[in-house]
Amino acid sequence: MSELRAKSAQMGAVVALVAILGCSLFVGRAKSFPPQHSVPAGEKEEIVRVAGEGGRRGGRIVIALKAEPKTLNPLTAADTPSREVISTMQGDLVHINRATQLTEPALAKSWKISPDGLQYTLTLRQGLKFSDGRPVDMEDVLFTFRVYLDEAVHATQRDLLIIDGKPITVRKVDAQTVVFQLAKPYGVGERMFDSWSILPRHLLETTYKEGKLAQSGALGTAANQWAGLGPFRLKEYVAGQRLVLERNPYYWKTDEQGNRLPYLDEIVFLFVPSADAQVLRFQSGETDMISRLGAENFSVLSRQARDYTMADAGPGLEYNFLFFNLNELGEKAPAEMVRKQGWFRSENFRQAVSLAIDREAIVRLVYQGRGAALWGPVTPGNPRWANAAIRYPGRSLDKSRQLLAGAGFRLTNDEIGGPKLVDAEGKPVEFSIITSSSNADRAKMAALIQDDLKQVGMRVQVVPLELRSLIDRVTQTKEYDTCVLGIASFDADPNSDLNVWLSSGGMHLWNPSQKHAATNWEAEIDRLMEQQLTATNTVERKKLYDRVQEILVEHHPMIFLASPDILVGAKKGIGNFHPAVLEPYVLWNVEQLYQRNGAENARR
Amino acid sequence: MSTRSRLIICVLVLGALHLGVACAGFFAPYDPATQDREHPYAPPMWLHFLDAHRGIHLRPFAYAQESQTGSFDEYEENRARVIPVRFFVSGAPYRVLGVLPLRLHLFGADVPVYLLGTDGYGRDLLSRILFGGQVSLLAGLIGAGLTLSIGLCIGAAAGFWGGWKDEVLMRVAELFLALPWIYLLFAMRAFLPLAVPPVKAFLLVVVVIGAVGWARPARMVRGIVLSAKERNFVRAARGFGATGGYLLRRHILPETANVVLTQAAVLVPQFVLAEMTLSFLGLGVPEPLPSWGNLLASLQHYNVLVSYWWMYLPALAMVPFFLGYLVLASLLQGSSRATKIEVASAGV
Repeated sequence: MSELRAKSAQMGAVVALVAILGCSLFVGRAKSFPPQHSVPAGEKEEIVRVAGEGGRRGGRIVIALKAEPKTLNPLTAADTPSREVISTMQGDLVHINRATQLTEPALAKSWKISPDGLQYTLTLRQGLKFSDGRPVDMEDVLFTFRVYLDEAVHATQRDLLIIDGKPITVRKVDAQTVVFQLAKPYGVGERMFDSWSILPRHLLETTYKEGKLAQSGALGTAANQWAGLGPFRLKEYVAGQRLVLERNPYYWKTDEQGNRLPYLDEIVFLFVPSADAQVLRFQSGETDMISRLGAENFSVLSRQARDYTMADAGPGLEYNFLFFNLNELGEKAPAEMVRKQGWFRSENFRQAVSLAIDREAIVRLVYQGRGAALWGPVTPGNPRWANAAIRYPGRSLDKSRQLLAGAGFRLTNDEIGGPKLVDAEGKPVEFSIITSSSNADRAKMAALIQDDLKQVGMRVQVVPLELRSLIDRVTQTKEYDTCVLGIASFDADPNSDLNVWLSSGGMHLWNPSQKHAATNWEAEIDRLMEQQLTATNTVERKKLYDRVQEILVEHHPMIFLASPDILVGAKKGIGNFHPAVLEPYVLWNVEQLYQRNGAENARR
Repeated sequence: MSTRSRLIICVLVLGALHLGVACAGFFAPYDPATQDREHPYAPPMWLHFLDAHRGIHLRPFAYAQESQTGSFDEYEENRARVIPVRFFVSGAPYRVLGVLPLRLHLFGADVPVYLLGTDGYGRDLLSRILFGGQVSLLAGLIGAGLTLSIGLCIGAAAGFWGGWKDEVLMRVAELFLALPWIYLLFAMRAFLPLAVPPVKAFLLVVVVIGAVGWARPARMVRGIVLSAKERNFVRAARGFGATGGYLLRRHILPETANVVLTQAAVLVPQFVLAEMTLSFLGLGVPEPLPSWGNLLASLQHYNVLVSYWWMYLPALAMVPFFLGYLVLASLLQGSSRATKIEVASAGV
């Protein structure tokens, strides 16, 4: 649901505006592999044993995606559906456990960080095989990072490997050991290795040399031309309908009993564009799991829950906010816009707006109580990084009015006796809020804000816009007054929002991509964010990020509103269903999911 | 009952219905935009005369609704808390027909009473339906008026002068019949500034639905004008030297009166429906201003559809109006036939 996302596993300078373009016109079915169930032998195979409830083999699960994934290529994937699918097909060196939010060994069985924080030595697991059965060696790892760093490929996550302007260098030590050399210490530590899918050199090197790597990985790719290190591999794609993945028999994890994971034979992704249609499909039993549920649909499903379990995983990382157009207006800007910006630039005005907004009502009416009111950007879903001193002080219309009076605004009465705020020149305070017409939650927030601000005399109009024209207005033409949007960070680490807080960031929404920080406090945020980027001590980083949060709350460039809970559901027959607040909410432990009545299900 | 008296009853009923909507401020207990955030999706409250102890009250009362703890939209009737309904109370300010400021309401109570329930923001649905009717009916009436005036002028001109003028006008009319007006409206909306004030948005809707629908009435009027201008009394008048304008005004247009009236009775509900469609799609008047269309827009959400039956009520509100107009149309048609027969027999 959240449309603007700061994307990345750890550092998140990469941003993707998730715009759902039409589905690809490609019609075709990928060839499927012959059934392969033999566990490859090999004494040297270093398998990961995963703790947890043991399941049974077989069966499949069906899940709806809100759009067709645009690609299977981890290099270029930016949209949520693609990333969700890719997360089940690819493996990374070090993985962030989405439940504990801590790192755990994945393709690298161990790592060592040099005392100066500049050298990371990773040891690759032995006996790994890609999903097509070809062994993994160090050349694949080197190839992967060469490709990610190649500017010509335009990998969406490339920026994460550039530290202090210099790319990370990768050096092979021996067949199992690789050293990553950094120009400066890097605050996130080994978390930076999450989500870098190790690519199969044997399949991609020729394409890379031809310069076509960015285009490869279309959904119609033949199944034997695509491989990864994730628990599932490509089986079949039917354009406009579904994508079927099958079990990767060479996956490198087993359960406690030594049974090779994953348990499921297949995952089927259906493309169901509307949230309501997804609910209907889930209700009728066509899909097995549902995530990204709105509170309303969640309560509808909870009320009728019979064959399924609904779960509220608690507050997620998505924060919704209202922001003002603080862009430098050109000389041709209309006088009205200039006048409005005069108000928006006043910190007292922004704070008055913030104090007049009833966050509790937003949580209750928009999220039906399944969410949290926000005062700063870090949600209660991220307790390790939230500044505990920042708390929502509650709505205060009196304080809001005082601030407005202090900033030269006057409260008068309109024709029928309602309050009407006028500025120092006697002009009524009227502005518009743009929201995405496809997001009912944010439209509702805007309607509540409209009513809240009416009580301090501001006339607000809510303008629902199609998402892409909204993004265009905010980032390109800059023709808007204020806007309600949300960002869902991919990781709890503050670096995932780097692009939002740095004044040079493309997601610095109120005034994006500045050449020099426009205000002193933005400059200070820039400095603090860069400091925490290279600080290796978590306590130190937390202190720096706490200060960033304080500055944001002091200056109110964004008025933080509320954060929704992660709401999901699954059929009762699904085992190991443990939703997390990090994406992918229900599929993060996909290798451990199983059907309790596996065999029956397989026939379905 | 004669057609005439049935016609009178029908007009009186419709008049009363419109008066009710015109005086929405008086009949509605609350302001249509006021949010009661403690009572989102509160179900309709019933008015009682008999209390739990079988005591009879002359003054109707309602039981207070209390939201259950931990729940967002589940309410329980508290039989211990009786809310007496009082009449002719002072409440939220409003303006009658947009002019006369008043505070008098037909009924009210100390604790909000929601006879038709509330929407997701806790706004009183009854008040919203009444005020929404103002927008929707006004759009229907103005739209129909506009369409008929244009249709009458163009149809009369085409029929009376004939020749190439007739050809051109009728081809233009066909063009308009084929026009996909919803897309036209989308396109026009895109050219307007970002935030359109409610009045402007309303006028835009009215003008578009009014300006696009003229082709059908124009063709009907043209047909009548064509036959009327060959009638003997018209020829006689022409023979006495009457000008074209005089002929049209005095002899020909009165002949079209029946058709125009019948068309009006058919077109008003049609345009109310058009306004509702546009508002339903988010092209009509902006929130928080209610119209019947945007009241129904919340039904686009599955959860509203299955959870809150009273959100369908705005769809029922238009039924008496539509029935009234359609009965009026058929009565008008019937009476016109009757007059024609009388005229014909008198002629014999």
